[in-house]
Amino acid sequence: MGHLVLAATVPDAVTFAIAAVITVTGALGVVLSRNPVHAALMLIMTLFGVAVLFVEEDAQFLAAVQVIVYAGAIVVLFLFVIMLLGVDRLESLAAEPMPAQRWVALGLGVLGLAEIVLLSRGKWPLGAHSVAGTVNGAGQQNVSVLGKALFTTYLLPFEITSALLVIAVIGAVVLARRPRTAGTAEIEDHAEAEDT
Amino acid sequence: MSVPASFYLTLSALLFSIGAVGLLIRRNVLVMFMCVELMLNSANLAFITFARELNDVGGQIAVFFVLVVAAAEVVVGLGIIVAIFRRRVGATADDIHVMKG
Repeated sequence: MGHLVLAATVPDAVTFAIAAVITVTGALGVVLSRNPVHAALMLIMTLFGVAVLFVEEDAQFLAAVQVIVYAGAIVVLFLFVIMLLGVDRLESLAAEPMPAQRWVALGLGVLGLAEIVLLSRGKWPLGAHSVAGTVNGAGQQNVSVLGKALFTTYLLPFEITSALLVIAVIGAVVLARRPRTAGTAEIEDHAEAEDT
Repeated sequence: MSVPASFYLTLSALLFSIGAVGLLIRRNVLVMFMCVELMLNSANLAFITFARELNDVGGQIAVFFVLVVAAAEVVVGLGIIVAIFRRRVGATADDIHVMKG
């Protein structure tokens, strides 16, 4: 692996190394921290590391979107739910009803990791290029290339995502509504009757 | 020259495995959900790496759609979690094994 590192310029290699360490540390923190709030904060750390890697790979727009949407919206939503439900207490990682499950999971994880790493070192089936355009053309910028592809070639999927978001919002409202079923109404009636 | 793609792909694989193991060993539903986000991010990283490697902006478009779908998924998933916790306080994934209202 040494010659591969030397093939990269020093700033690129250093940036990659730091971002990789941040990313993996954050990911391990998500899995191993006992407090869900700490897990959410560690998730932000991982997302920032991945955003740095996005910039390193000429995807500036997506790096910004990653920080704004993930760290700014999704993790805040997680924190809202954690605080709302009051589950921000410590969870004992040692207490495990099925001890065998943990070791099986670890074994599966290591197996999957070995498999993917093995595959990533070989040759990739590349096939034909898509028609969306190139990332690294002469004098073109990431945002304009991405926007052009999104609003011409991928216009229909882009419009469909708007429908998806509306469906998600409606679904969340329906799920979060407190249902007034016949059972609870009866209980409430009983409670009122007992009060009077 | 920038860092070779195999480094990024290895990091992506590592991130995916950590997320998968976390999903399997944690019992707190919210933390399991965060592990799913980790796995989505590792897939995004692989997409971006291939976009750079093949010089094709289609990979970045895919990441864009993954981000949108992840946002929708988080909204609906957290709605379900809130609905579950409203019925029983302090539930873990092991307590929710009956598909009955």
